[in-house]
Amino acid sequence: MQDAKNLKEYRKEVRESLDNDFLRTAMDNFAVAYRGSRANAFKGMDEKSLIADIAGAKDCAAANIDELYAKFKEEAEKRGAVVHLAKDAQEANEIIGRIAQQENCKTIVKSKSMTAEETLLNHHLEDLNLEVVETDLGEWIIQMRHEGPSHMVMPAIHLSRHQVSDLFSEVTGKKQDDDIQKLVKVARRELRQKFVGADMGISGGNFAIAETGSIGIVTNEGNARLVTTLPRVHVALMGLDKLTPKLHDALRVLKALPRNATGQAITSYVTWVTGSNECAVAEDDRKKVHFVFLDNGRRALAKDPVFSQVLRCVRCGACANVCPVYRMVGGHKMGHIYIGAIGLILTYFFHGTDKAKNLVQNCINCGACKEICAGGIDLPGLIKDIQARILEEEGHPLYSTFLAKMMKNRKLFHKFLRIAKHAQKPVKAKDGFMRHLPMIFAPDHDFRALPTVAEVPFRDMWAKVKPAKVADPKFKVALFSGCVQDFVYPEQSVATVESMKGKGVELDFPMDQSCCGLPLQMMGEKEACKEVAIQNMEAFEKTDCDYILTMCASCASHLKHNYVKFLGHDPKYAIRVQEFADKVIDYSSFMNDVLGVTEDDFLDSAGEKVTYHAPCHLCRGLDVKSAPRELMVKAGLDYKESAEEEVCCGFGGTYSVKFPKISEQLLSKKLENAAETGAKTLLTDCPGCVMQIRGGAKKLGKDLDVRHIAEFIADRRK
Amino acid sequence: MTVKAESLELFIEKAKIAAAVVSEISSFDEAIKYTMDLCGKKEACKLLVSGCEEGLSNKAEALCATKTGKTISAPALSKKEITALDKQCEENGFALIKDSVRNHLGGIDIAFTYADHGIAETGSLALSCPSEELRLATMVSEVHVAVLPKSTIVDNSYDLESWMEANMMEANYTAFITGPSRTADIERVLAIGVHGPLELHILLLGDK
Ligand code: SF4
Ligand code: SF4
Repeated sequence: MQDAKNLKEYRKEVRESLDNDFLRTAMDNFAVAYRGSRANAFKGMDEKSLIADIAGAKDCAAANIDELYAKFKEEAEKRGAVVHLAKDAQEANEIIGRIAQQENCKTIVKSKSMTAEETLLNHHLEDLNLEVVETDLGEWIIQMRHEGPSHMVMPAIHLSRHQVSDLFSEVTGKKQDDDIQKLVKVARRELRQKFVGADMGISGGNFAIAETGSIGIVTNEGNARLVTTLPRVHVALMGLDKLTPKLHDALRVLKALPRNATGQAITSYVTWVTGSNECAVAEDDRKKVHFVFLDNGRRALAKDPVFSQVLRCVRCGACANVCPVYRMVGGHKMGHIYIGAIGLILTYFFHGTDKAKNLVQNCINCGACKEICAGGIDLPGLIKDIQARILEEEGHPLYSTFLAKMMKNRKLFHKFLRIAKHAQKPVKAKDGFMRHLPMIFAPDHDFRALPTVAEVPFRDMWAKVKPAKVADPKFKVALFSGCVQDFVYPEQSVATVESMKGKGVELDFPMDQSCCGLPLQMMGEKEACKEVAIQNMEAFEKTDCDYILTMCASCASHLKHNYVKFLGHDPKYAIRVQEFADKVIDYSSFMNDVLGVTEDDFLDSAGEKVTYHAPCHLCRGLDVKSAPRELMVKAGLDYKESAEEEVCCGFGGTYSVKFPKISEQLLSKKLENAAETGAKTLLTDCPGCVMQIRGGAKKLGKDLDVRHIAEFIADRRK
Repeated sequence: MTVKAESLELFIEKAKIAAAVVSEISSFDEAIKYTMDLCGKKEACKLLVSGCEEGLSNKAEALCATKTGKTISAPALSKKEITALDKQCEENGFALIKDSVRNHLGGIDIAFTYADHGIAETGSLALSCPSEELRLATMVSEVHVAVLPKSTIVDNSYDLESWMEANMMEANYTAFITGPSRTADIERVLAIGVHGPLELHILLLGDK
């Protein structure tokens, strides 16, 4: 659970997690294995269209949530169940406590239910002197250890077999072995005994089918089957978001859920319970069945135009499985009860601003979660939106307001950068790095060397490097350099210009362009983001170009997707911003796909061995995967793929300043993987990634030359 | 209805991936013989990897002790079938459970059932079991032997929609069962049989 009071305390918690080697190794192994088994499970399936179908069906269900509930209630009650609606966690707990008392229940067996965790049901029942036993192996283990789950699907992933064996020795009063197979068998027999005497079973539900008032439960262990069969009373607690009109919707989700959760085609058991079934120990041989639906903000969420998509979540946990941050900090350092990407969001809605405000900053915006979400939820986008909401609620911190003010004013911002060039003199070394970091950063930030601001920014070189006018240009292209390529690495922009020579490209560089605004978005400064977007859009409208080319993956994906999000609903800008976005293209796609360079454009000599880092905002943000790789091969470079090539390098702009320890860990993994390829050069498509990886290599004294891909393409041009 | 050869093949492949044991049989008698052999080879209440020798709490131990000898439960058979099975059990010295499975929660060795459908896409069995006895038997046994007529195999779960919807018109309990019960909750190591059966045997019954 999350209880850090402020960002500083939160950082301390994060640091403690980073030091937990066991957890780190377990999560690392899992992350790598998961990716493989998931890909395998979806092989031969049209994953994208399945996800789109689920998203559509879930949106439709959310829009009709009240009707679905009414229908479910009517149908389930026809078949002998009782259906309740709880407005919040407390009410849900009270309803269930009351059922237990009215039915004279003393002991309860429970099978895993995220919703019951959301309401902290166990506490309430225990306060009523009821004995509650979790029967899902992982949940039982952490219940006995008085801990919360650290993973949606694998609640006890943070524990070793030795810890479990010690725990079981304590519980059984007999010395236990370390053998996992044996421990599981001990648990089987210990828990069986709990089932025998239980009066009530509590389960969750993965699906609630309105047409017939049925629920569906997905498990591997089979405990949910026992929980719903043996005791004379069954209570299922579910969020209203589980309601779905027909069985077909549930079967569709079922195709994606286990595949996304663990890479299984299906779980061992899927149980469909309709109405009140036969039960020998109940009055009249019929089980007492109660379905309790929890609102807790879900109906309000369903009406929210931006956030209603949160209700598409099927709780597969995949967004945590692929999150590079979650992988390192694990458990509740990234979520309160719900964890991972969706946890950051749900914490805000279900548990309030206080629990969410620090957590929500711990997303590096890499987009890995969005790509695999079973409901197609724009998780990183929503996380940023929540950050912005919290800023509105709690007031903007000083640095954030200051940066927003400065960046809104291009001239002021650029002047600041020019002043920085002089101010950095005392710390500037000859090799283009700062000799040491200014005091405000040290010591956590000392994991990478930082570059100094260039002597001459690209905008001041433009008149000189600008190519001669092409008589009959094939493409008219306006360059968007982004702050880093303009003021820190102008050579990357120069290389871009050179790499296009002789290909009939007319180039322009609008001087009124400013920062793309992504750093502002990362801080949650929404209003400033909008203003910057309008400025840039207007600067480029003055040129008559076919393409807006940017060599920075982050700028490109921000310009292409987020500008439309900020301005698209304003009739004053809607059409213009769409036209602007449509023109935006990244460097590699332009060279490879549009300009169509071929082997013939490059030197005949063999190029050197290189490896690649795929920037998050390129491979996922823009879905550009093959263009840079094809480009390297065409240019005659000996490209060696590195392990986890598409995992974030840890830059994330202002994120790496806020969470330097996490950034450092991601970076060191990246460097290790690159070193394993044996290449001495790493190419990438984003100046931010260059800054991060080059700075890290320098700091660690690694023999790795880190370049923007354009620089090598320019060098290899005939 | 006859099953397409590809669907049958896919069913067998997927069921095996899920760690089910699949065999083909041509008659009910063969199914009984298979079950008798299996029960004979099995040690009574031997939880495979760990025997009953693992230390348990006194209460759990006491429940285990309620079980004596080898037991088989087959709640949903016709009278004729049950008589045949009973005779075989007697000859082999196994106890056929005739009262409620609830009295045998310490564990039974084998549950013998018919499955309603097979789902090729995932190698799953579909079993409608509003009867508590049938349901319980497939949960608390250590081995589940299910006879599956080949003709009932469908390509994927969507093909079962109308059958399931018909079930759901009244109180019902339908299960998809795919392989034995499993968990990966301790160090992500796969372990079989945490609550439900440790083995699932599917006997594919051919058309005569
Ligand atoms: S965007 Fe990346 S860092 Fe943020 S939650 Fe998703 S996977 Fe994690
Ligand atoms: S947000 Fe998406 S990926 Fe995450 S648990 Fe929900 S459905 Fe799965």
